[in-house]
Amino acid sequence: MISASLGRSGVRLAVAAALSLYLGVAHADESKVTIDNFTFTPAELKVKVGDTVTWSNHDDIPHTVVSAGKFRSKAMDTDGTFSFTFTSAGEYKYFCSLHPHMTGTIKVE
Amino acid sequence: MSAHDHNNSGPIDPETGLSRRKVLECMTWAGTGVLWTVSGGVPRSLGLVGSAMAAEPTGMTFLQISDSHVGFDKPANPNALGTLEEAINRIKIMPVKPSFMIHTGDISHLSKASEFDDAERIISQAKLDVHYVPGEHDFLDEEIKFYKDRYGKGTRGAGYYSFDANGVHFIGLVNVVDLKAGGLGNLGAEQLEWLEQDLKGRSKSTPIVVFAHIPLWTVYPEWGWGTEDGARALDYLKGFGSVTVLNGHIHQVMQKVEGNVTFHTARSTAFPQPAPGTAPSPGPMKVADDKLRTMLGTASINFKRGDQRLAIIDTPLAG
Repeated sequence: MISASLGRSGVRLAVAAALSLYLGVAHADESKVTIDNFTFTPAELKVKVGDTVTWSNHDDIPHTVVSAGKFRSKAMDTDGTFSFTFTSAGEYKYFCSLHPHMTGTIKVE
Repeated sequence: MSAHDHNNSGPIDPETGLSRRKVLECMTWAGTGVLWTVSGGVPRSLGLVGSAMAAEPTGMTFLQISDSHVGFDKPANPNALGTLEEAINRIKIMPVKPSFMIHTGDISHLSKASEFDDAERIISQAKLDVHYVPGEHDFLDEEIKFYKDRYGKGTRGAGYYSFDANGVHFIGLVNVVDLKAGGLGNLGAEQLEWLEQDLKGRSKSTPIVVFAHIPLWTVYPEWGWGTEDGARALDYLKGFGSVTVLNGHIHQVMQKVEGNVTFHTARSTAFPQPAPGTAPSPGPMKVADDKLRTMLGTASINFKRGDQRLAIIDTPLAG
Protein backbone atom coordinates (compact mmCIF):
# COMPACT_ATOMS: atom_id res chain seq x y z
CA MET A 1 0.00 0.00 0.00
CA ILE A 2 2.83 2.34 0.84
CA SER A 3 4.90 1.55 -2.22
CA ALA A 4 1.90 1.99 -4.46
CA SER A 5 1.20 5.41 -2.99
CA LEU A 6 4.77 6.53 -3.34
CA GLY A 7 4.86 5.28 -6.91
CA ARG A 8 1.83 7.29 -7.91
CA SER A 9 3.15 10.42 -6.36
CA GLY A 10 6.73 10.04 -7.52
CA VAL A 11 6.77 13.44 -9.20
CA ARG A 12 6.17 15.12 -5.92
CA LEU A 13 9.23 13.51 -4.40
CA ALA A 14 11.40 16.17 -6.08
CA VAL A 15 10.59 18.57 -3.27
CA ALA A 16 12.20 17.43 -0.06
CA ALA A 17 9.76 19.26 2.18
CA ALA A 18 6.84 17.68 0.40
CA LEU A 19 8.48 14.29 0.71
CA SER A 20 8.78 14.37 4.47
CA LEU A 21 5.25 15.70 4.77
CA TYR A 22 3.97 12.95 2.52
CA LEU A 23 5.77 10.20 4.39
CA GLY A 24 4.32 11.51 7.61
CA VAL A 25 0.81 11.19 6.23
CA ALA A 26 1.52 7.81 4.70
CA HIS A 27 2.71 6.45 8.03
CA ALA A 28 -0.45 7.66 9.78
CA ASP A 29 -2.62 6.06 7.10
CA GLU A 30 -0.81 2.83 7.52
CA SER A 31 -1.82 2.40 11.12
CA LYS A 32 -5.53 2.83 10.50
CA VAL A 33 -8.09 0.18 9.74
CA THR A 34 -11.52 1.33 8.60
CA ILE A 35 -14.77 -0.58 8.84
CA ASP A 36 -17.19 -0.05 5.97
CA ASN A 37 -19.89 -2.44 4.79
CA PHE A 38 -18.96 -5.07 7.40
CA THR A 39 -15.39 -5.24 6.07
CA PHE A 40 -12.01 -4.40 7.65
CA THR A 41 -9.83 -2.37 5.26
CA PRO A 42 -7.05 -3.21 4.81
CA ALA A 43 -7.80 -6.82 5.73
CA GLU A 44 -4.10 -7.34 6.40
CA LEU A 45 -1.88 -4.62 7.79
CA LYS A 46 1.88 -4.65 8.51
CA VAL A 47 3.16 -2.45 11.32
CA LYS A 48 6.31 -2.23 13.42
CA VAL A 49 6.68 -3.11 17.08
CA GLY A 50 5.54 -0.11 19.10
CA ASP A 51 3.08 1.09 16.46
CA THR A 52 -0.48 1.91 17.36
CA VAL A 53 -3.33 0.78 15.14
CA THR A 54 -6.66 2.60 15.23
CA TRP A 55 -9.85 1.01 13.95
CA SER A 56 -12.78 3.26 13.07
CA ASN A 57 -16.31 2.14 12.35
CA HIS A 58 -18.14 3.89 9.51
CA ASP A 59 -21.15 1.54 9.48
CA ASP A 60 -24.56 2.33 10.99
CA ILE A 61 -24.22 -0.88 13.02
CA PRO A 62 -21.84 -1.39 15.96
CA HIS A 63 -18.79 -3.60 15.50
CA THR A 64 -16.04 -4.91 17.75
CA VAL A 65 -12.41 -5.87 17.25
CA VAL A 66 -11.32 -8.98 19.14
CA SER A 67 -8.08 -10.94 19.01
CA ALA A 68 -8.33 -13.89 21.37
CA GLY A 69 -6.17 -13.31 24.43
CA LYS A 70 -4.59 -10.17 22.91
CA PHE A 71 -7.06 -7.33 22.67
CA ARG A 72 -10.79 -6.75 22.80
CA SER A 73 -12.61 -3.51 22.03
CA LYS A 74 -15.94 -2.41 23.36
CA ALA A 75 -18.70 -2.12 20.80
CA MET A 76 -17.84 0.77 18.50
CA ASP A 77 -20.93 2.65 17.43
CA THR A 78 -20.97 4.67 14.22
CA ASP A 79 -17.74 6.74 14.03
CA GLY A 80 -16.46 4.99 17.16
CA THR A 81 -12.78 4.08 17.31
CA PHE A 82 -10.50 1.65 19.12
CA SER A 83 -6.71 1.82 19.35
CA PHE A 84 -4.19 -0.80 20.35
CA THR A 85 -0.41 -0.50 20.60
CA PHE A 86 1.51 -3.59 19.51
CA THR A 87 4.47 -4.16 21.79
CA SER A 88 5.62 -7.51 20.45
CA ALA A 89 6.11 -9.00 17.01
CA GLY A 90 3.75 -11.57 15.62
CA GLU A 91 0.69 -12.19 13.56
CA TYR A 92 -2.51 -11.03 15.23
CA LYS A 93 -5.68 -12.40 13.71
CA TYR A 94 -8.79 -10.60 14.83
CA PHE A 95 -12.54 -10.53 14.12
CA CYS A 96 -15.78 -8.76 15.01
CA SER A 97 -17.37 -10.73 17.83
CA LEU A 98 -20.83 -9.55 16.71
CA HIS A 99 -20.37 -10.41 13.04
CA PRO A 100 -17.72 -13.13 13.08
CA HIS A 101 -17.54 -13.38 9.31
CA MET A 102 -15.61 -10.08 9.54
CA THR A 103 -11.94 -10.97 9.99
CA GLY A 104 -8.58 -9.23 9.63
CA THR A 105 -4.88 -9.59 10.46
CA ILE A 106 -2.22 -7.28 11.85
CA LYS A 107 1.36 -8.39 11.16
CA VAL A 108 3.79 -6.83 13.60
CA GLU A 109 7.47 -6.94 12.62
CA MET B 1 -49.39 -6.36 -1.84
CA SER B 2 -53.07 -7.21 -1.50
CA ALA B 3 -52.78 -8.72 -4.97
CA HIS B 4 -50.59 -11.43 -3.53
CA ASP B 5 -52.89 -14.16 -2.29
CA HIS B 6 -50.90 -15.78 0.45
CA ASN B 7 -53.62 -18.33 1.12
CA ASN B 8 -53.50 -19.67 -2.37
CA SER B 9 -49.76 -20.01 -2.28
CA GLY B 10 -50.36 -22.69 0.39
CA PRO B 11 -46.95 -22.00 1.81
CA ILE B 12 -46.24 -24.81 4.15
CA ASP B 13 -48.27 -27.76 3.12
CA PRO B 14 -46.04 -30.71 2.23
CA GLU B 15 -49.01 -32.45 0.65
CA THR B 16 -49.85 -29.74 -1.80
CA GLY B 17 -46.13 -29.12 -2.05
CA LEU B 18 -44.92 -25.58 -1.94
CA SER B 19 -42.65 -24.88 -4.85
CA ARG B 20 -39.40 -23.02 -4.37
CA ARG B 21 -40.83 -20.32 -6.54
CA LYS B 22 -43.71 -19.86 -4.13
CA VAL B 23 -41.33 -19.64 -1.22
CA LEU B 24 -39.38 -17.00 -3.05
CA GLU B 25 -42.61 -15.14 -3.65
CA CYS B 26 -43.20 -15.16 0.08
CA MET B 27 -39.72 -13.86 0.59
CA THR B 28 -40.44 -10.80 -1.47
CA TRP B 29 -43.80 -10.27 0.12
CA ALA B 30 -43.69 -6.89 1.79
CA GLY B 31 -45.44 -6.59 5.12
CA THR B 32 -44.95 -6.30 8.82
CA GLY B 33 -46.34 -9.31 10.55
CA VAL B 34 -46.65 -13.05 10.27
CA LEU B 35 -49.53 -14.96 11.72
CA TRP B 36 -48.83 -18.58 12.35
CA THR B 37 -51.43 -21.11 13.24
CA VAL B 38 -50.33 -24.44 14.59
CA SER B 39 -52.51 -27.40 13.98
CA GLY B 40 -51.37 -30.90 14.45
CA GLY B 41 -48.14 -30.89 12.57
CA VAL B 42 -46.77 -28.38 10.19
CA PRO B 43 -47.28 -24.68 10.60
CA ARG B 44 -49.05 -22.82 7.89
CA SER B 45 -49.05 -19.24 6.92
CA LEU B 46 -52.55 -17.90 6.65
CA GLY B 47 -51.83 -14.77 4.75
CA LEU B 48 -52.01 -11.12 5.49
CA VAL B 49 -53.26 -10.04 8.84
CA GLY B 50 -56.39 -8.71 7.25
CA SER B 51 -57.36 -12.04 5.74
CA ALA B 52 -56.46 -13.89 8.90
CA MET B 53 -58.71 -11.66 10.89
CA ALA B 54 -61.44 -12.31 8.38
CA ALA B 55 -60.93 -16.03 8.90
CA GLU B 56 -61.24 -15.54 12.66
CA PRO B 57 -58.64 -18.05 13.71
CA THR B 58 -59.62 -20.15 16.68
CA GLY B 59 -57.24 -21.83 19.09
CA MET B 60 -54.13 -20.33 20.60
CA THR B 61 -52.52 -17.38 18.91
CA PHE B 62 -49.20 -15.88 19.83
CA LEU B 63 -47.23 -13.02 18.38
CA GLN B 64 -43.65 -12.62 17.32
CA ILE B 65 -41.88 -9.29 17.28
CA SER B 66 -38.20 -8.88 16.61
CA ASP B 67 -35.27 -6.56 16.18
CA SER B 68 -36.67 -3.45 17.86
CA HIS B 69 -33.18 -1.88 18.00
CA VAL B 70 -34.41 0.72 20.46
CA GLY B 71 -31.86 3.54 20.39
CA PHE B 72 -31.22 3.27 16.65
CA ASP B 73 -31.48 6.75 15.11
CA LYS B 74 -29.65 6.54 11.81
CA PRO B 75 -31.10 7.54 8.39
CA ALA B 76 -32.64 4.09 7.77
CA ASN B 77 -35.09 4.96 10.59
CA PRO B 78 -34.39 7.98 12.82
CA ASN B 79 -37.11 6.87 15.25
CA ALA B 80 -36.93 3.13 15.94
CA LEU B 81 -38.76 3.61 19.24
CA GLY B 82 -41.62 5.24 17.34
CA THR B 83 -42.06 2.37 14.90
CA LEU B 84 -41.94 -0.11 17.80
CA GLU B 85 -44.75 1.87 19.38
CA GLU B 86 -46.71 1.72 16.11
CA ALA B 87 -46.32 -2.05 16.08
CA ILE B 88 -47.47 -2.34 19.69
CA ASN B 89 -50.44 -0.07 18.99
CA ARG B 90 -51.51 -2.43 16.22
CA ILE B 91 -51.20 -5.38 18.57
CA LYS B 92 -53.34 -3.60 21.15
CA ILE B 93 -56.27 -3.37 18.74
CA MET B 94 -56.14 -6.95 17.46
CA PRO B 95 -59.69 -8.36 17.62
CA VAL B 96 -58.48 -11.64 19.12
CA LYS B 97 -56.06 -11.05 21.98
CA PRO B 98 -52.97 -13.24 21.54
CA SER B 99 -52.01 -15.54 24.41
CA PHE B 100 -48.51 -14.09 24.64
CA MET B 101 -45.68 -12.61 22.65
CA ILE B 102 -42.18 -13.75 21.82
CA HIS B 103 -39.40 -11.28 21.06
CA THR B 104 -36.57 -12.77 19.02
CA GLY B 105 -33.86 -10.37 20.10
CA ASP B 106 -32.06 -7.12 19.41
CA ILE B 107 -34.45 -5.40 21.78
CA SER B 108 -31.90 -2.59 22.14
CA HIS B 109 -29.37 -1.23 19.68
CA LEU B 110 -26.43 -0.71 22.05
CA SER B 111 -27.52 -2.44 25.29
CA LYS B 112 -27.91 0.87 27.13
CA ALA B 113 -30.04 0.74 30.26
CA SER B 114 -32.13 3.60 28.85
CA GLU B 115 -32.78 1.62 25.66
CA PHE B 116 -33.99 -1.42 27.59
CA ASP B 117 -36.13 0.87 29.76
CA ASP B 118 -37.69 2.54 26.71
CA ALA B 119 -38.36 -0.83 25.09
CA GLU B 120 -40.03 -2.11 28.25
CA ARG B 121 -42.15 1.02 28.57
CA ILE B 122 -43.52 0.55 25.04
CA ILE B 123 -43.76 -3.25 24.83
CA SER B 124 -45.50 -3.53 28.20
CA GLN B 125 -48.37 -1.50 26.77
CA ALA B 126 -49.42 -4.60 24.81
CA LYS B 127 -50.32 -6.10 28.22
CA LEU B 128 -49.07 -9.52 27.14
CA ASP B 129 -46.55 -11.90 28.64
CA VAL B 130 -43.38 -11.60 26.59
CA HIS B 131 -40.82 -14.38 26.19
CA TYR B 132 -37.49 -12.98 25.09
CA VAL B 133 -34.31 -14.34 23.61
CA PRO B 134 -31.30 -12.04 23.20
CA GLY B 135 -29.74 -10.71 20.02
CA GLU B 136 -26.10 -9.72 19.76
CA HIS B 137 -27.11 -6.09 20.29
CA ASP B 138 -28.44 -6.98 23.75
CA PHE B 139 -25.06 -8.07 25.13
CA LEU B 140 -22.97 -4.95 24.46
CA ASP B 141 -22.85 -3.41 27.94
CA GLU B 142 -19.58 -3.57 29.82
CA GLU B 143 -20.61 -6.22 32.31
CA ILE B 144 -23.09 -7.94 30.00
CA LYS B 145 -25.71 -7.89 32.72
CA PHE B 146 -28.54 -5.58 31.62
CA TYR B 147 -30.25 -8.23 29.48
CA LYS B 148 -29.83 -10.93 32.11
CA ASP B 149 -31.04 -8.72 34.92
CA ARG B 150 -34.20 -7.86 33.00
CA TYR B 151 -35.06 -10.98 31.04
CA GLY B 152 -32.87 -13.77 32.30
CA LYS B 153 -34.80 -14.91 35.35
CA GLY B 154 -35.36 -18.65 35.34
CA THR B 155 -33.17 -19.16 32.28
CA ARG B 156 -29.95 -21.08 31.86
CA GLY B 157 -26.58 -20.14 30.38
CA ALA B 158 -26.85 -16.88 28.47
CA GLY B 159 -30.65 -17.05 28.61
CA TYR B 160 -32.09 -20.22 27.09
CA TYR B 161 -35.22 -21.95 28.44
CA SER B 162 -38.36 -23.83 27.48
CA PHE B 163 -42.02 -23.66 28.45
CA ASP B 164 -45.34 -25.19 27.49
CA ALA B 165 -48.50 -23.46 26.34
CA ASN B 166 -51.68 -25.03 25.01
CA GLY B 167 -49.97 -28.33 24.33
CA VAL B 168 -47.15 -26.72 22.37
CA HIS B 169 -43.58 -26.95 23.66
CA PHE B 170 -41.68 -23.68 23.20
CA ILE B 171 -37.89 -23.53 23.29
CA GLY B 172 -36.00 -20.22 23.40
CA LEU B 173 -32.35 -20.58 22.37
CA VAL B 174 -29.37 -18.21 22.45
CA ASN B 175 -27.06 -18.25 19.44
CA VAL B 176 -25.37 -14.86 19.79
CA VAL B 177 -22.62 -15.51 22.34
CA ASP B 178 -19.14 -16.95 22.10
CA LEU B 179 -19.07 -16.55 18.33
CA LYS B 180 -15.96 -17.86 16.61
CA ALA B 181 -13.83 -15.94 14.11
CA GLY B 182 -14.96 -16.67 10.57
CA GLY B 183 -18.04 -18.47 11.85
CA LEU B 184 -21.79 -17.96 12.16
CA GLY B 185 -24.22 -17.94 15.07
CA ASN B 186 -23.33 -20.38 17.81
CA LEU B 187 -25.34 -22.47 20.30
CA GLY B 188 -22.43 -24.24 21.99
CA ALA B 189 -22.05 -27.69 23.52
CA GLU B 190 -23.65 -26.89 26.87
CA GLN B 191 -26.84 -25.51 25.37
CA LEU B 192 -27.09 -28.37 22.85
CA GLU B 193 -26.75 -30.86 25.67
CA TRP B 194 -29.54 -29.11 27.54
CA LEU B 195 -31.70 -29.14 24.40
CA GLU B 196 -31.20 -32.86 23.94
CA GLN B 197 -32.28 -33.47 27.55
CA ASP B 198 -35.18 -31.06 27.23
CA LEU B 199 -36.58 -33.03 24.29
CA LYS B 200 -35.80 -36.49 25.63
CA GLY B 201 -38.88 -38.53 26.42
CA ARG B 202 -41.21 -35.93 24.99
CA SER B 203 -44.02 -37.29 22.83
CA LYS B 204 -43.19 -36.96 19.16
CA SER B 205 -46.67 -35.65 18.57
CA THR B 206 -45.95 -32.59 20.70
CA PRO B 207 -45.78 -29.56 18.43
CA ILE B 208 -42.45 -27.80 18.95
CA VAL B 209 -41.72 -24.13 18.43
CA VAL B 210 -38.06 -23.14 18.60
CA PHE B 211 -37.13 -19.48 18.61
CA ALA B 212 -33.73 -17.80 18.53
CA HIS B 213 -32.28 -14.57 17.20
CA ILE B 214 -30.01 -15.62 14.33
CA PRO B 215 -31.59 -18.02 11.83
CA LEU B 216 -30.91 -21.63 12.83
CA TRP B 217 -30.78 -22.56 9.17
CA THR B 218 -28.18 -21.30 6.75
CA VAL B 219 -29.71 -18.32 5.00
CA TYR B 220 -26.57 -16.63 3.68
CA PRO B 221 -23.25 -17.56 5.30
CA GLU B 222 -21.40 -14.81 3.40
CA TRP B 223 -23.23 -12.35 5.64
CA GLY B 224 -23.11 -14.57 8.70
CA TRP B 225 -26.81 -15.39 8.41
CA GLY B 226 -26.90 -18.88 9.85
CA THR B 227 -25.92 -20.89 12.92
CA GLU B 228 -22.73 -22.92 12.97
CA ASP B 229 -24.12 -25.79 15.03
CA GLY B 230 -27.80 -25.25 14.14
CA ALA B 231 -27.90 -28.59 12.33
CA ARG B 232 -27.17 -30.38 15.61
CA ALA B 233 -30.15 -28.72 17.23
CA LEU B 234 -32.31 -29.73 14.29
CA ASP B 235 -31.05 -33.32 14.62
CA TYR B 236 -32.60 -33.48 18.09
CA LEU B 237 -35.88 -32.28 16.60
CA LYS B 238 -36.04 -35.03 14.02
CA GLY B 239 -39.01 -37.30 14.49
CA PHE B 240 -41.28 -34.64 15.91
CA GLY B 241 -44.38 -34.22 13.80
CA SER B 242 -44.43 -30.46 13.86
CA VAL B 243 -41.43 -28.22 14.33
CA THR B 244 -41.57 -24.48 13.76
CA VAL B 245 -38.38 -22.42 13.90
CA LEU B 246 -38.87 -18.68 14.36
CA ASN B 247 -35.95 -16.28 14.00
CA GLY B 248 -35.12 -12.60 13.52
CA HIS B 249 -31.77 -10.92 12.82
CA ILE B 250 -32.13 -10.55 9.06
CA HIS B 251 -35.00 -8.01 9.19
CA GLN B 252 -37.05 -9.56 6.42
CA VAL B 253 -39.52 -12.37 5.94
CA MET B 254 -38.12 -15.65 4.70
CA GLN B 255 -39.66 -19.03 4.88
CA LYS B 256 -38.45 -22.52 4.16
CA VAL B 257 -39.97 -25.93 4.70
CA GLU B 258 -37.89 -29.05 5.16
CA GLY B 259 -39.85 -32.17 6.00
CA ASN B 260 -41.81 -31.41 9.15
CA VAL B 261 -39.74 -28.35 9.97
CA THR B 262 -40.89 -24.91 8.98
CA PHE B 263 -38.39 -22.06 9.21
CA HIS B 264 -39.53 -18.51 9.34
CA THR B 265 -37.84 -15.17 9.91
CA ALA B 266 -39.72 -12.07 11.03
CA ARG B 267 -39.44 -8.48 10.01
CA SER B 268 -37.84 -5.92 12.29
CA THR B 269 -39.85 -3.14 13.88
CA ALA B 270 -36.88 -0.80 13.31
CA PHE B 271 -35.30 -0.96 9.86
CA PRO B 272 -35.09 -3.26 6.84
CA GLN B 273 -31.96 -5.00 5.63
CA PRO B 274 -31.17 -5.91 2.02
CA ALA B 275 -32.05 -9.31 0.58
CA PRO B 276 -29.04 -11.65 0.63
CA GLY B 277 -26.42 -10.71 -1.93
CA THR B 278 -28.27 -7.66 -3.23
CA ALA B 279 -25.97 -5.17 -1.49
CA PRO B 280 -22.26 -5.04 -0.60
CA SER B 281 -23.10 -6.00 2.98
CA PRO B 282 -25.95 -6.46 5.45
CA GLY B 283 -26.93 -3.51 7.62
CA PRO B 284 -29.63 -0.86 7.85
CA MET B 285 -31.14 -0.19 4.43
CA LYS B 286 -32.43 3.28 3.68
CA VAL B 287 -35.65 3.15 1.67
CA ALA B 288 -38.08 5.88 0.65
CA ASP B 289 -39.93 7.26 3.68
CA ASP B 290 -43.31 6.12 2.35
CA LYS B 291 -41.96 2.59 1.87
CA LEU B 292 -40.36 2.08 5.30
CA ARG B 293 -43.49 0.93 7.09
CA THR B 294 -44.22 -1.69 4.43
CA MET B 295 -40.93 -3.32 5.37
CA LEU B 296 -41.36 -3.32 9.15
CA GLY B 297 -43.81 -5.40 11.14
CA THR B 298 -44.82 -8.25 13.38
CA ALA B 299 -45.90 -11.85 13.03
CA SER B 300 -48.92 -13.57 14.47
CA ILE B 301 -48.96 -17.33 14.91
CA ASN B 302 -52.10 -19.37 15.43
CA PHE B 303 -52.20 -22.86 16.90
CA LYS B 304 -55.34 -24.90 16.63
CA ARG B 305 -55.50 -28.18 18.47
CA GLY B 306 -56.33 -31.04 16.14
CA ASP B 307 -55.29 -29.15 13.08
CA GLN B 308 -52.14 -30.18 11.36
CA ARG B 309 -50.39 -26.88 11.16
CA LEU B 310 -49.45 -23.50 12.56
CA ALA B 311 -50.58 -20.52 10.58
CA ILE B 312 -48.27 -17.55 10.40
CA ILE B 313 -49.32 -14.13 9.31
CA ASP B 314 -46.75 -11.43 8.69
CA THR B 315 -48.24 -8.01 9.10
CA PRO B 316 -46.56 -4.83 7.93
CA LEU B 317 -46.91 -1.60 9.83
CA ALA B 318 -48.39 -0.20 6.62
CA GLY B 319 -49.67 -2.02 3.62
